[in-house]
Amino acid sequence: MNRVLESVPDVNFDIRRDDFGDLQTEEMLVNMGPQHPATHGVLRVVLRTDGEMVMEAVPYIGYLHRCAEKIGENLQPYQWIPKTDRMDYIAAMNNNHTFSLAIEQLCGIDVPERGKYIRIIAAELNRLASHLVSFGTYGLDMGAFTPFLHAFRERERILDLLEAMCGARLTYSYIYPGGPQWDLPDGFVQTCGEFLDYFEPKIDEYNELLSYNHIFVRRTANVGVVSPELALAYGLSGPVLRGSGVRWDLRRVRPYDIYERFEFDVPIGVDGGSDGVPDEVVVGDCWNRYFVRMLEMKQSVRILRQALAQMPTDGDFKAKVPKNVKLPKSSIYFEGENPRGQLGFYVEGDGSPIPYRIKARGPSFCNLSVLHELCHEVLLADVPAIIGSIDIVMGEVDR
Amino acid sequence: MTPEAVLKILKDTFGDDVKSVVADGLHPYAEVAAGRWREIARYLRDDPRLAFNWLRCISAVDHLEDKLITVVYDLHAAEAGAPAGAMWKLKNEIAIRIRVERDRPHIPSVADVWRAADWHEREAFDLLGVIFDGHPDLKRILCCEDWVGHPLRKDYEFPLEYHGIPAVTEYNQTRTVH
Repeated sequence: MNRVLESVPDVNFDIRRDDFGDLQTEEMLVNMGPQHPATHGVLRVVLRTDGEMVMEAVPYIGYLHRCAEKIGENLQPYQWIPKTDRMDYIAAMNNNHTFSLAIEQLCGIDVPERGKYIRIIAAELNRLASHLVSFGTYGLDMGAFTPFLHAFRERERILDLLEAMCGARLTYSYIYPGGPQWDLPDGFVQTCGEFLDYFEPKIDEYNELLSYNHIFVRRTANVGVVSPELALAYGLSGPVLRGSGVRWDLRRVRPYDIYERFEFDVPIGVDGGSDGVPDEVVVGDCWNRYFVRMLEMKQSVRILRQALAQMPTDGDFKAKVPKNVKLPKSSIYFEGENPRGQLGFYVEGDGSPIPYRIKARGPSFCNLSVLHELCHEVLLADVPAIIGSIDIVMGEVDR
Repeated sequence: MTPEAVLKILKDTFGDDVKSVVADGLHPYAEVAAGRWREIARYLRDDPRLAFNWLRCISAVDHLEDKLITVVYDLHAAEAGAPAGAMWKLKNEIAIRIRVERDRPHIPSVADVWRAADWHEREAFDLLGVIFDGHPDLKRILCCEDWVGHPLRKDYEFPLEYHGIPAVTEYNQTRTVH
């Protein structure tokens, strides 16, 4: 309580908990969710509150549990691809990509060059779309409605591009072991290039609109601070980890697919006061987690430009993979960098075409597990700010 | 450090409690005894040569034919870049396997070694019925608290109804027998 009062500048009287004397406060349990607009899906959090202060938050998950792993034990990998779409449904291409890479490594499948580039383009476009949803809805959580409309205006154009690729707008099932299902449509490279030229200046516009907005900064700066040690202990990944100042991105640390061919930076959270970053900001707070995503969008645009320029103009785009390719009697654990963090797949084969066991490690699942550490002695209004900055997708938490 | 070197350090330190090591292939691992797992986990985390500070995933697998449950821990050692703020490095990477009897699947919890293990262990308990001794709050996480059985066990029978809600029964007819 004292910490919060100290951060309020206009308190011109000294008030401390002890000064209340025999004034009794009462603890109350508040149930937030599972149907709540600020929990980004069916997350239920039970808050133990003392007035406006949250003393403890216990998340309850599983409302969207479909046991996709059990279904995976009864299907061939290519039949399970649509199930991966429905985990992190905001970034379905990235899920397809990571799962396909795991199966390709386990079975030793090679993908033609053009197919590899098409996959990277699809994955990075989806990363942009995913970060736009994150940016827009975080604005909504903080009471800013306009940024959401801006974000969805641009996301619409990305969805049009992805629809031109594969015909679907949300659950794509486009990338399979062996390469993407279809070749790019005519004129795609030009359309995509035009979109990037249109989109890149928009990111600065978003920053003007929301990132440096005074109210937004006061709501998010120095709230829900995650230290790098805490982040590693909880296995956090993605923007949540990078917001804590850990420069770690699997695309650079252990490049997979063809990510080593592209030049891009890995942005991290910084302390306020320099480079236009607001003064109140500290490493690991909600603002930094949010802002890392804004910086990552610029890097994705860079990757996309390079991929469009380097991509071979003709040739095969997918390998001929037999439908009932047998999985060897061994296992693999493969992780890829998704918009929300590291999505991992443990796949174990038993010599038949159907996996003996598939296990998915959802980045949102691990990132959410840190919530109870952050929601201790914070204001009730900070809880949506913290949940929104972790950017969870419940489809992936519950699987 | 290569997986071979990591596994050699483990073998030299813990002797026969490291039951077997596989250093090549896609998924290098050491199989360790469940009894000393806590001690080994602490060593993996605290030894400066190994420094496995990042528990990535816990995957449990039901091997019905062998009457065993295998629990796989995937670990990363992330090393801070120098100077501060530089790219971090992946120092080590290894998997640890523990095999326990299917009827008595007791494994010491490592939730106090890596806090990430908390939810992963709860998930393995929920879906496969692995009991992690010493876990601070071992209860179901994904299924409802009154759910019967552990769905990812290979001999799991899908319930025909739940609180009056009829369940899909084709599952039991169409599931694959491995």
